[in-house]
Amino acid sequence: MKNEIHPVQVILFEGNGATPWESSRRIGVTTDLLDRGYSVTRITDTANADALSDVSGEASVIVLGEFTDNAPEVVDSKSDRKIETRDTSGLDTEAVVTLVEETRAELADGLNQPGENGAWKPWFPVIDYDRCTNCMQCLSFCLFDVYGVDEDKQIQVQNNDNCKTNCPACSRVCPEVAIMFPKYGTGPINGEPVKQADVERESMKVDITSLLGGDIYSSLRTRSEKAKSRFSKERSPDKALNERKRCLTKLQQSGIIPAEVLAELDLASLPSPEEIQRKAEELAALQDSQSAGAE
Amino acid sequence: MSQPSTKILYCRCAFAKVIPEGTKNEVLERLCESGESFECVADLCEMSARRDDRIKQLLSEGQSVKIAACYPRAVKWLFHQAEAPFPDGDSVEVLNMREQSADEIIENLTQK
Repeated sequence: MKNEIHPVQVILFEGNGATPWESSRRIGVTTDLLDRGYSVTRITDTANADALSDVSGEASVIVLGEFTDNAPEVVDSKSDRKIETRDTSGLDTEAVVTLVEETRAELADGLNQPGENGAWKPWFPVIDYDRCTNCMQCLSFCLFDVYGVDEDKQIQVQNNDNCKTNCPACSRVCPEVAIMFPKYGTGPINGEPVKQADVERESMKVDITSLLGGDIYSSLRTRSEKAKSRFSKERSPDKALNERKRCLTKLQQSGIIPAEVLAELDLASLPSPEEIQRKAEELAALQDSQSAGAE
Repeated sequence: MSQPSTKILYCRCAFAKVIPEGTKNEVLERLCESGESFECVADLCEMSARRDDRIKQLLSEGQSVKIAACYPRAVKWLFHQAEAPFPDGDSVEVLNMREQSADEIIENLTQK
């Protein structure tokens, strides 16, 4: 999976037994390492004495410091992390960053580096369970199997990797404004507090759905101009359908989806209540069989 | 300076440009200039996607935690998705670098 590389953790140790770094170097090293995808922990003498007593996690750890005594002992209770310690005395910012990169290479650790070709942008939906009513609209709308259900049949994000970067379509059609994409530009999709206008737009959609038996696409298009002045522009089934179609067309163009499969899909409307129910039941059955298999 | 029992987490949001550069740089610089211990992650969304143990560990020790990142609603549910739900009560505070000023955030992070 694309998202299984855990960021290497760099610890700037400035606690007992080490000399504090000069401020500008600390800023430079921390900023540079973060922008390359590392995690950075600074430990000063304000930290708990046991700050290094258990560095649990999946990634390797590189401890940096100007040690006046012996380098501090770093304990990994699970004993499955690679831990390296390096003295940075006399090194400038650039040299420290180079040292970290070299140490990571020795450890043969990967890194998801922002801006690099092939880097995975962490783009996926986040569900606000204070708002979610488990209606399964998102499950049916998303055709990339991002969503699934847990053993209690509660909707959840199961396959982050399947989400199409920069596509927030499922969020636009969530009746409860419960789906966020934190890296999106504007609210409520980005996680901003939900405003009454966002919810009202959804109330309108639900009313029309019930009146017209699910044929809401054309009706919404007709009414959308009127609604635009009153409601959040981000809450739009039209936009959502177009975004989903764009993602599918890209996949078809890259040969991942055969054209005939794409042609069979109804891409012009939101899932009907029957489709939503069918997909929810399918996934619930799948979840049941997986649970039974695990027992 | 904050008490040692308060943990500080800073998110760089390195994979997107949604947090004002000036704010996130200033918060990080002033955090580095303080005497505080802190944790920084390149991208909290990335850590959440990987259900990274360090996210769970951050909340596991019953200490209060201050998080400089983005919208509190998003951060709360990112943690939940990472199987590290916020504890009940007000032990976790999220500071929003998308909307709050660097001054406001750093003052909060470093207050006693």
